[in-house]
Amino acid sequence: MSEKVLMKGNEAIGEAAIRAGCLYYFGYPITPQSELPEFMARELPKRGGIFLQAESELASINMVYGAAACGVRAMTSSSSPGFSLKQEGISYLAAGELPCLLVNVQRGGPGLGTIQPGQADYFQATKGGGHGDYRLLVLAPDSVQEMYDLTLLGFELADKYRIPALLLSDGALGQMMEAVRLDHEVKPVPDKPWAVTGRRDRETLNVVQTLSLDKDTLEEHNRVLQDKYALLRKNEVRYEALNTEDADLILVAYGISARIAKSAMAKARAAGLKVGVFRPITLYPFPEEALYETAQTTKAYLVTELSCGQMVEDVERVTHSQQVHFYGRTGGNLPCADELFDQILRIMQGKEVGGRAR
Amino acid sequence: MQDKTSKGQLSVQQTPEKIFAITEGLQDTPTHYCPGCHHGVIHRLVAEVVAELDVLNKTILVEPVGCSVLAHNYFKMDCVQAAHGRAPAVATAVKRVHPDAVVFTYQGDGDLAAIGCAEIIHAAMRGERFTTIFVNNAIYGMTGGQMAPTTLEGQVTATSPYGRSGAHAGAPIRMSEMLATLDGAKYVARVAVNTPANIKKAKAAIKEAFARQLRGDGFTIVEVLSACPTGWGMSPVAADKFVGESLMKYFPLGTIKAAEVETHGA
Repeated sequence: MSEKVLMKGNEAIGEAAIRAGCLYYFGYPITPQSELPEFMARELPKRGGIFLQAESELASINMVYGAAACGVRAMTSSSSPGFSLKQEGISYLAAGELPCLLVNVQRGGPGLGTIQPGQADYFQATKGGGHGDYRLLVLAPDSVQEMYDLTLLGFELADKYRIPALLLSDGALGQMMEAVRLDHEVKPVPDKPWAVTGRRDRETLNVVQTLSLDKDTLEEHNRVLQDKYALLRKNEVRYEALNTEDADLILVAYGISARIAKSAMAKARAAGLKVGVFRPITLYPFPEEALYETAQTTKAYLVTELSCGQMVEDVERVTHSQQVHFYGRTGGNLPCADELFDQILRIMQGKEVGGRAR
Repeated sequence: MQDKTSKGQLSVQQTPEKIFAITEGLQDTPTHYCPGCHHGVIHRLVAEVVAELDVLNKTILVEPVGCSVLAHNYFKMDCVQAAHGRAPAVATAVKRVHPDAVVFTYQGDGDLAAIGCAEIIHAAMRGERFTTIFVNNAIYGMTGGQMAPTTLEGQVTATSPYGRSGAHAGAPIRMSEMLATLDGAKYVARVAVNTPANIKKAKAAIKEAFARQLRGDGFTIVEVLSACPTGWGMSPVAADKFVGESLMKYFPLGTIKAAEVETHGA
């Protein structure tokens, strides 16, 4: 029988992580993600795991690095300003090919910004974030159920490709409560013969390092990493397309913005307007082909984000459309569905979109 | 039994007495350390201790950023290379994942006393059950001899070309004394390897730290005053002398803390 529980988004991540076999959580308090470390502090000791509150985000991400190097499933979470502090360690995790799950419950920025929801860390999440050539698998849930589902998927794919995976959420999804099914089958954690354990009976030594002073060795290592990212682009693209086949206008949004876009779409359809929604679930790999396909039939796009315009650059790049409109809200504001509906009407009437920030 | 007096005058009938062997815990590889550098001696002491305690195959090195960033080329152990200063955070997780392993960080003064100051203090505060070998040579060796938090007042470095000024850069930090104030730190000692007698004492301190780790005492650290002839612009002999005459005056040798610890249950 399927188990269904009312949970906060942040707690759903924690429950999924523990069920995925993640027994090591390292973090530092920051709003609006603190329900997750609090959940882990409560649950992990009861369920055979270790919760450790570190002295900083720097320390916590490096604890994840140490645990992941030992071959166990480990995670950390933070919100935007704190997640910026983790970027150094994330670059090392990517370089060391260490699987783990990272969670950014985004809030508005820049700087301290606000504790209200935001989506302005898209560039940081999908284009690199830290130094060097690397990418993360970036998963963007739009419901509490998906917070749960994509946490499981994140651990699975992180291990499969030996990469860090990032769950890019936001303060609205983190705080909202919804019913969650908890009956998913969890695949076993794969063997990790590369893991650091102490030599024990092994013939060879296991060393996790990210320094390559030899030019050709580092270039080859970069090629190995790029090959993984090519595999992600080939095999792991995920998206949701609603009413896009006959749409004259497609709303493109992820996370909490996609929820609002779906409401606006329903309103538009009820008014007889051919409006669809395209929601990337993997922000990296970005669903390039599927979105490009829609450009063959639709007339225009309206990208909506809680930012001054970040994912919209990928939509422009992929669709080559001259009709990519943008409507963003920042500061912790969320547009309401009516607000988006008004923008839909303006586009349909050939008017400029009244975007506040682009 | 071999006759010790036969050294140097072996006849063909005798089996030669083995008087030197590469430490079991070290790899047989050429060193990249500079002539007169103390890292090689310190590596050897740690490797000998680990071998003598018979824990080589369950020891994990967490190496730093600095001259010893390539320590995994020398130690015959599994290793995790940490970002600059973060070795105590990495080691925290390594030891908690593998509580039966012997885990140590090997860190220089820039790594531990500057960029990684928070990480070492909080690892010690939590009483993390790993050992830190803190190699204090009062300078950034790897990057070319810049001022460190432990650089002595008046000492000339690439970034204190007129000598370190206390008024401008403060007085050098005594990390071991500071860490010893924390309840989680159970063993804190400062040693040197500039003379044979000091090397013997250094080995004893390192052994005590690792033995306490095996008992599950808490955080243990051995600070080793170390020479950096290249960074200091001195001959190896002059550098050994500088350790004894200048560094030791500001950083006195000895056991700073050896806490009485009750036996742990599990």
